Order: sequence, then C-alpha cells, then structure tokens
Amino acid sequence: MALRRLNRSILYLVLTVFAILYLMPVYLVVTTSLKAGAALHLSQMWDLPTHWSTSSLVSAWQKLGPNFLNSVYLAVPATVISSLIGAVNGYSLAKWKFRGANVVFFIILMGMFIPYQAVLIPVLRVLDAMGLYGTIPGLILVNVVYGIPITTLIFRNFYAAIPAEMIEAAQIDGAGYWGIFRRIILPLSAAGFVVAGIWQFTQIWNNFLFAVAITVPPHQPVTVAVVNIAGSQTIQWNVQMASALMASIPTLVVYIFLGKYFVRGLLAGSVKG
Amino acid sequence: MIKHAIKDTPSSIPTLPQPRRRWSWDKASAILVLAPSLVALGIFVYGFIFWNGYISLTNWNSYIPNFSYAGLANYLAVFRTFRFQSDIRNIIVFTTLFILGCLSLGLFLAVLIDQKIRFESLFRSIFIFPMAISFVATGVIWAWVLNPQPNAGVNLILRALGDKHPPTWFLSPLIIPSLGWGQIKVGIPLALVAVAIAAVWQMSGFAMAIYLAGLRAVPEEIKEAARIDGAGSWRLFWSVIYPQLASSTVTAVIILTAASLKVFGLVYAMTGPGQDFSTDMPTLNMFDTTFQGSQFAQGAAIATILFLLMAAFSVPYLISVLRRENREEEM
Repeated sequence: MALRRLNRSILYLVLTVFAILYLMPVYLVVTTSLKAGAALHLSQMWDLPTHWSTSSLVSAWQKLGPNFLNSVYLAVPATVISSLIGAVNGYSLAKWKFRGANVVFFIILMGMFIPYQAVLIPVLRVLDAMGLYGTIPGLILVNVVYGIPITTLIFRNFYAAIPAEMIEAAQIDGAGYWGIFRRIILPLSAAGFVVAGIWQFTQIWNNFLFAVAITVPPHQPVTVAVVNIAGSQTIQWNVQMASALMASIPTLVVYIFLGKYFVRGLLAGSVKG
Repeated sequence: MIKHAIKDTPSSIPTLPQPRRRWSWDKASAILVLAPSLVALGIFVYGFIFWNGYISLTNWNSYIPNFSYAGLANYLAVFRTFRFQSDIRNIIVFTTLFILGCLSLGLFLAVLIDQKIRFESLFRSIFIFPMAISFVATGVIWAWVLNPQPNAGVNLILRALGDKHPPTWFLSPLIIPSLGWGQIKVGIPLALVAVAIAAVWQMSGFAMAIYLAGLRAVPEEIKEAARIDGAGSWRLFWSVIYPQLASSTVTAVIILTAASLKVFGLVYAMTGPGQDFSTDMPTLNMFDTTFQGSQFAQGAAIATILFLLMAAFSVPYLISVLRRENREEEM
C-alpha cells in the first residue's frame, strides 16, 4: 500500500513536471507581453514584470488590429460554408450507399493529403483570372474548397453513428433525401457542426501558406502580420510576443471552452473510421 | 447476412423475383449533392496538380510565362542545387526527430494519463493545447524561448545547471557528424533540432490523443487475463497492450509525416532557410524559387516532388483504411 502511494506520488510529480514544461512558453509569452520595452533585459526574461504594463499589447494591437479583423472576416464565413458543405456531403456518403460511394470518398479524402505547394501556382493564376487575387473572398474560396475533405470526413463518420433503422422508418413514412435530412439528420447534427466548425475555424485562422501567397496588404490575415512583426529588426521582443499572443487568443479561447470537441475533430481527422 | 435476408423477404413474396432497384431519386439526390464538391476538388486538387506538373516540364523560369517544353530539365536543375540537396537532408532529419519525439512523448504521456488519475482532463488539455496555436505563433514564441544569446531564454537555465557553453539553438551552423557528400554536409544540423523541439511541443499532444484513444480501446479482459497469468505491469504493457496499439502508431506516423512534409509556417517564422540552408525545407524552397526568384517551372518541379513523396505513403494508407472499413461493414 505504501509502495502504491509512492508510485502514485511519482506519477503525479512526473505529470506535473511535464505540464510545467508544456506551459513554460505560455509563461514567457504572457510575462514578456506585460513588460514595457525599456524594462526588457534578456538576462531577466524569466522574471515576472517589475512594473506591469499593457504598452506592449497596445502597441501590438495598433500593428495587427486590422489584420485580426481580416482573419475574422476570413475564418467565420469560410468555416460556416465548409461545414455546411461537409454536412450534406457526409450525409450523402454515410446514409445513401450508392455504387462507387467509396471511390467518391477516396477521391475527396485525397485532397487532405496534398502539400498545398503542389497547387499553389495554378491557384494564384485562377484567382487572378477571377479577379480574386489579393482579396479575402479569394482566400475564403480557397479555404472552403480545400476544407471540403476534412469536413466531409468528420460528418460522414458522425452520421455513420445514426442508426439505419431511423432512416428506414422515415422512408416508410414517405420522406425522401431532403425530408430525412431536415427532419432526422439536421436535428441530430449539433455536435457534428461544433466539431467541424471548431476544427475548420482553427485551421483557417492559423493557416499561413495560403494567407501569405494569396493576400496583399491591407487584406492580410493575422498570421501574416505576426510574421511581418517578428521579421522586423526594429520591433522589440515584447511587442512580438504580444502580437503572437493576440493572434493565438481566439483559437485558444475556443479550445479552452470546447476542448472536448476539438479533440474529437483531431481524432476524426486521422481517418480512423 | 441475416439483416439482408429479412429486408429482402417482402420482395421475394411475389412469384417472380423482382430485380433489385438500383436507382432511386434519393440516391440520385445524394450524387447530385456531392457533384459540386467533386467538380471543385476535381479542378482544385487533381486538375491543379496536373497543371503544376505540366508547368514543371516547361521553360517558364522568368516573370513572363513560357510554356515551351523543357523535359525533365527543371528536375535535374533542382536536384543539382546546394539548396535542394540540403532540403533532402533536412526533411529526412526533421521528420525523423519530429516523429520519434512526438511518438515517444505522446505514448509516455498517454500511459501516465491512462492510470485513472485525478485532474485527467486538466493534464490532457495542457498537453494538447499547443495544437490550437498556429505554427507561425509557435515559431515566433520558440525563437524567444530558445533565444540564441548565452544569457537568455533556456540558456539561462542551462547555465544555471552548469553548462558553460550553451548552444546557439536555431542559429547554430553546426552539422553533426559533418560527412562530406556531394556539395552538402550530411548529418544532423543542430539548428534543425531547435525547430524540431518547437514542432514536437506543438504536435506531441496529437500523438498522445491517438494513443490514449488506442489504450482505452484495449479490452479489459485481455489485461485481466494477462494479470491472472502473472504478468507484471512492465511485461503487461510491452507484451499485451503495446501490440494492440499498432494501428494507433500507424495512424500517428502517417498524419505526422504529412505534417512534417508540409511544415512551412513554423520554419518561415522561426528561422527561415537558415545559415547555409541548415533549416531550409522543400516547402520554403518552392515558395522562394517561385515567388522571389520567379522560377515558376523549377518551383513547380519542387512542388511535384513534394506531392509524389506525400502520395507515396498517403495513397496506400487511405486505400487500406477504406478496405478495412468495407470488411467491417460486411461482417
């Protein structure tokens, strides 16, 4: 018994040490963000601020506030649209097993595994021809299209859990494809939309490659602004950290409140049926 | 089988067997709903990959498009560059460090968390939260944590622990062991280790989540049976539980390899190509070659190589997953 208690203590000790290691960057980011530029000494970077100051945060917001709003205009519509498309796709694939459904699913899923560099030059040429190059609608279009594979996968797996008997019963009552979707599938979809929505929001908010390749100032999302601020020789560390912190807050808030659903999206994205 | 038999009964009552209805408005609707997505992906994924492949075979290596045929000249040119040869070394080293780091740390943490502990969800959340942050922010943050100055960041801790010459992390020019091979030096670029640490911090929670789900799926009876047979907990884990996690490992390796080949924002924000391209990646090379150098055909060639690398393991994996799913449905 004593040995067991000792083992348990070691277990908690090890877990706590690792938790501290994982949180260490957060500590540094937050404390650095709350120091004023003049108070920043490298050799004291682990110390708590002697004078708490929001000047770094204010200065960072002045630099990336507009980009932050761009990200909102980008991520919200792109998340909603790609989730809706994923829902009807997933419903079709999970509940109407037509011939070749698996081939269709494979064709859609492959889109998840491509390195986006392999489509980047054509994407830019097509957006240019459409007059969408450099704009947020162009970036929304691209994020929606390349989001279809993962949202389809999430909803297909989600709807697979709805018993076939419910569908068959509705069919006997005379409901068709859309009737079943409206009356049976949609009312059961709330959790599916939360999982797909959180996943897409996080991915689109955090995306950098499409953002930096497709948009031009002043339409650049927040990830591009963070890199620009970090790459500038004249901007101090405290402002860089404050900008990284601000750019991370929306997805972190979503994670803190809806973490369970985030993990479900994570596992769904790993293509295990 | 039984379910099908029951369902087929009503239609087998008439004297003549009716042909099974293969077509219905509902199935047609399902296909029609999928059609726009298939067209969009057909263009944006498959069409564009072919288009990119086509560009890689042309002479379009200046700002003005030039679609005259170049054969494999761009591929040969790319392979001969110091930068791309460095990329190959770097992507192999980075992927290895990244996957080993994520898998070992992920498995270790998952086993600890699976011990019916208190505050389980708190610990789990702490190990997974970095996944919610962008790679770009991670790069900026870890450039600060692993500050290359001897009197800053993690180096302050290392010095306090007695390390008189702490590393310069992502600015280190060292390659260990530095074996000459063609133009490049083969070995592990130390700067890349710093990038891998940041990447493991970000993605190890994913491996942990996969392993935790795998551990929870191991049937209790198997563990019980092994315990009755007198297996100690070490033995129980490696001989009984770990083999059950094989599919979790495969899944994690595939997803992490894909993430590793795609890595872009992290390196871009943390180090860029690095000294002598010691932290460069094919993704960065493609981006610079195409958009800074306007060598579109060579950029397209690098992108095609990346795509082929990715397809080489993702296609067999996806096919095997779908096959397994089919078998399970038929059972």
